[in-house]
Amino acid sequence: MADGGAATLPRIEAPGGASLKRFARRRSTIAFLMTLPLIAVIGGLVVWPAGYAIHLATLNRRMTSFIGLGNFEILLESETFRMVIFQSVFFAITAVILKAAIGFWLAHMLHHIPANGQRKWRGMLLVPWVIPPALSTLGWWWMFEPTYSSINWILNIFAIPSVPWLGEPWWARISVIIVNVWYGAPFFMIMYLAALKSVPEQLYEAAAIDGATSWQRLRYVTLPMMRNIISITVLFSLIVTFANYDIVRVLTNGGPRDLTHVFASYAFQVGILAGNIPRGAAVSLFMFPILAIIAFFVLRGVNRRNKEEA
Amino acid sequence: MAQVSLRKVIKAYEGGVQAVKGIDLEIADHEFVVLVGPSGCGKSTTLRMIAGLEEISGGDIAIGGTIVNDIPPRDRDIAMVFQNYALYPHMSVYDNMAFGLTLRKFPKAEIDKRVKEAARILDITPLLERKPKALSGGQRQRVAMGRAIVRDPKVFLFDEPLSNLDAKLRVQMRTEIKKVHQTVKTTTIYVTHDQVEAMTLADRVVVMNHGVIEQVGPPQELYHHPATKFVAGFIGSPAMNFIPARIEEASGALNVVMNNGTTLAVPEDRVARYRPHAGKQVLFGIRPEHLTDDKTMDKSNLAPLSLTPEVIEPMGMETLAHFRHEGTEITARLDPSTPAEVGKPLALIAHMNQMHIIDPTTDKVI
Repeated sequence: MADGGAATLPRIEAPGGASLKRFARRRSTIAFLMTLPLIAVIGGLVVWPAGYAIHLATLNRRMTSFIGLGNFEILLESETFRMVIFQSVFFAITAVILKAAIGFWLAHMLHHIPANGQRKWRGMLLVPWVIPPALSTLGWWWMFEPTYSSINWILNIFAIPSVPWLGEPWWARISVIIVNVWYGAPFFMIMYLAALKSVPEQLYEAAAIDGATSWQRLRYVTLPMMRNIISITVLFSLIVTFANYDIVRVLTNGGPRDLTHVFASYAFQVGILAGNIPRGAAVSLFMFPILAIIAFFVLRGVNRRNKEEA
Repeated sequence: MAQVSLRKVIKAYEGGVQAVKGIDLEIADHEFVVLVGPSGCGKSTTLRMIAGLEEISGGDIAIGGTIVNDIPPRDRDIAMVFQNYALYPHMSVYDNMAFGLTLRKFPKAEIDKRVKEAARILDITPLLERKPKALSGGQRQRVAMGRAIVRDPKVFLFDEPLSNLDAKLRVQMRTEIKKVHQTVKTTTIYVTHDQVEAMTLADRVVVMNHGVIEQVGPPQELYHHPATKFVAGFIGSPAMNFIPARIEEASGALNVVMNNGTTLAVPEDRVARYRPHAGKQVLFGIRPEHLTDDKTMDKSNLAPLSLTPEVIEPMGMETLAHFRHEGTEITARLDPSTPAEVGKPLALIAHMNQMHIIDPTTDKVI
């Protein structure tokens, strides 16, 4: 009945071109048009290069024929590349864990400093993150330098023998991690400090009354309340650290004996310096599927917790 | 179960500001005591000092005979319900309630028994698996109470637990809290700024103002025999009228004479008490419910007077009439059938048996 009633209403016929106008006035159309510049930028700077890299990785050295996954097969057979995988994973995971732990510790310390003193400490602790990493790494390079190393000089004062920071593979790996942690920990600190400030004070009071010690308050209140921010910062830092180039390039340039290369520096060496661009592309794409899967699960967890708790 | 004693308890902040100025209070075992007062009166600070969340600057607090000044909250065997519930958002209702027992390493079966029993008392059994986000305000408040009940502590502390609820739910939860206390009988200290909550819940009400206790007593005593002008004005709604007047002696009897000349006879049994103030300026205090057109409730010592209403508020079961007399607001409670009209003089009766006289120099009720 209702349909019949509606059908009898006089229908105003749209004059020619009106439907196009109506389409242009729809909110979704306007929204699309307004975001178009951004979509173009992302398309041009992210999607196209990524697609092109995938395309390159499937070509032969002279980029004349399609060889499918051939580049990846050759890489996996190469002992040097297997070492690069180990070194990259070791570097990224160790550095991210240390950055997160030190960042959390610093944030916790800062959080308990009264507000007026907190600002200057926060400012000072952020300095490593603000200096361009290529420059600060150069400073570290000087400190690690075998002849004039200031770090060794200090060690010698305490009767500890000099350390071959960049000359011996394991020490070189540790040096790279130290610089990366020094550079990246302030980012974690500032994110965790913001997260700590957002935990309601009454939850700690309720936990204190419930019988929690300060360690248990950290374990059962602080950490669960910060789980989302910890997941996101760790994921973000993992991606950035896997892609790290400048610190390795400046500090060790992959040496000694190619033992400190990470994906980015090795991709540069293979693709640009050795002129095998398709294989370089294959190196740089190697972690992409693994990181994409990790990102998917982490973000899904964050989303679920947001829905349930926030 | 335990008694709680506060002896000369002081809370001073940096710069010498005292939030609590040396209060003394004895709370008996099983008692339900409500601390009430306006914001900033020190009631919440007092509660937080009892909880151990706030350090005390002076005096002693004892729970169950043990001085707890330097004992951390977790060892005081207390449970607290917060205004904004303070439920752990990442834990289910069950885990929220079980948390305190888990930390104290209770056996699993015992925890389960206590949580289910508390859930039954509070009628939240179907919610046990939910997260706090999926609960309404009233349900969250029940869970917060459940978290307190399962612990079976010596003392319950409530810090304005109903302030975040809407008016209807507040009345309902108030009854719930009273029922729970009648069931578990744990010593309870309850902080509120709402005098209705204080009156309905308390065995004894503690009225605080500016960091000191103005008066302690059962609700009825505070209502009928307030000790100070503050208590007289704070307890009761609408608030007591304070009308500037003089006490004058005329042939052996005393009268309250309002500034416009209206003369109200003081009951004989109060003449001796008020005589020393004869000839002095005082405040004549009378509650709106005792300034009325209703002659039925108390036939003795009625004093007639006439005032002209400025605003009439029909409430259904009663009508409130507001007057302005020599710059003072006066409210009377009328029978809804009374034909009161704005701007038309209205005959009222003051029930002088319920009158109060306040010395304006000390603000004490005489």
